[in-house]
Amino acid sequence: MTTRRPRIAVLDYGAGNLRSICRALAAVGADPEVTAEPLAVGAADGVVLPGVGAAGASMARLREAGLVAPLRQALDAGKPFLGVCLGMQLLYGHQEEGDTDGLGVLSGRVRSLGSGVKVPQIGWNRVRLVTDGPLGPSGDEHDAYFVHSFIAEGVDSADVVALSHYGEVFPSVVARGAVWGTQFHPEKSGIAGLRLVRTWVGLANAGEPLAPVTAVAQAIPA
Amino acid sequence: MSATVADLASLAPDLEDAGYRRVIPCLDVTNGRVVKGIEFVDLRDAGDPVGLAAFYDAEGADELVFLDITASSDSRRTMVESVERTADQVFIPLTVGGGIRSVADMRELLQAGADKVSVNTAALANPVLIDEGAHVFGRQCIVVAIDARRRPDGSGWSVFTHGGRRDTGIDVVRWAVEAARRGAGEILLTSMDRDGTKDGYDLPLLESVAGAVGIPVIASGGAGTLDHFAEALAPGRADAVLAASIFHFGQYRVEEAKRAMAAQGVSVRMAQR
Repeated sequence: MTTRRPRIAVLDYGAGNLRSICRALAAVGADPEVTAEPLAVGAADGVVLPGVGAAGASMARLREAGLVAPLRQALDAGKPFLGVCLGMQLLYGHQEEGDTDGLGVLSGRVRSLGSGVKVPQIGWNRVRLVTDGPLGPSGDEHDAYFVHSFIAEGVDSADVVALSHYGEVFPSVVARGAVWGTQFHPEKSGIAGLRLVRTWVGLANAGEPLAPVTAVAQAIPA
Repeated sequence: MSATVADLASLAPDLEDAGYRRVIPCLDVTNGRVVKGIEFVDLRDAGDPVGLAAFYDAEGADELVFLDITASSDSRRTMVESVERTADQVFIPLTVGGGIRSVADMRELLQAGADKVSVNTAALANPVLIDEGAHVFGRQCIVVAIDARRRPDGSGWSVFTHGGRRDTGIDVVRWAVEAARRGAGEILLTSMDRDGTKDGYDLPLLESVAGAVGIPVIASGGAGTLDHFAEALAPGRADAVLAASIFHFGQYRVEEAKRAMAAQGVSVRMAQR
């Protein structure tokens, strides 16, 4: 049986540490490439938009790098896409932080977490699937690692795959076809996070088999 | 169709904030080797930080701390390599501390794969380091470690530096408040009085600091029994517990500690849910 490693463009727009997400992609059988090259978006099997930082500055850098138009084109065409944290938030329209517009591919807007909780949320929290899909049946739960101050609201409920609760309910996984976004960091969420990355990489691999997840298990004693 | 928060909540009416308290094993590392590495499990190399990190990940540790206990520049170079190798295989948050003196030191470790850096002595000598680190990397990256010792006259706690050898005379609560104001994301609070005693965490110290800052406090120093974790994590005290020898020497396993904590009503994440 042949396996292949789908080529994933990890967009480098000054959004901080990209190594962790690249390592997670490599660990589940993908071939990640850090790039800021607009043509790489169309050429890759899938695109990852990582994100730590501010929405306003990040959109400005995406624009300067000439990445907005190819990203919109890829997203409209349904190319496999994974937005992580800020990368998920940028799928939406108006962003409170920086009073700027995101990519606007999904309907909804992004605002700060409400009062009464420590902001940013830093740490593990529960993620509950609210629809049946490639990540599992509705009602399934796993834990994930969050670092964020903003959430999506006014979203299309058809795009919501999973919810979490931090002072209030918010979308923690959204998807429209192979265009996915996670409010948490799957690359820091242990085995459950790697499973999510692997499932998404499988979409980018057009059904061909992937090498098994082994990297995490290697150093674990029997 | 635009869904309101109430619409989303109706999809999962019983969903609540997990409110997890964290359990964080701390590995003392020098020149790329773990000091006091665990020997009760069948690891090929008990002194290899990568294998230990993977072991604790599998056990359900929520985060890991690597502490460079020599903190020489040679040692930090090997620490960068250890962090790189660990981050290739372990996909939970990693904090690195020991000998970090500048934003450049922070950047080197964060680029190697650390998620947070912990500063102690250098932040006291140059508090602006906290502001700079938070500005460049975000406050979620910056942990301020405080070594506290109770004052003989009972007037609170003093901040000690240089591995607990030097009394700065600075009040611990006042320094914690200043660190938080300058941009610390968390306080790692070690009781020098309790460290190594197995008598339990210094609960009045935890209450004094947690009551004064709005950021998470990680309790360190004194864990000897499983009850000590739940005590430290009671409301108004710590958000996380750090422990070294209680896990390294196999007295308790992380998963066992978490089961005991859950039985006492502490919300904890169980391994690989």
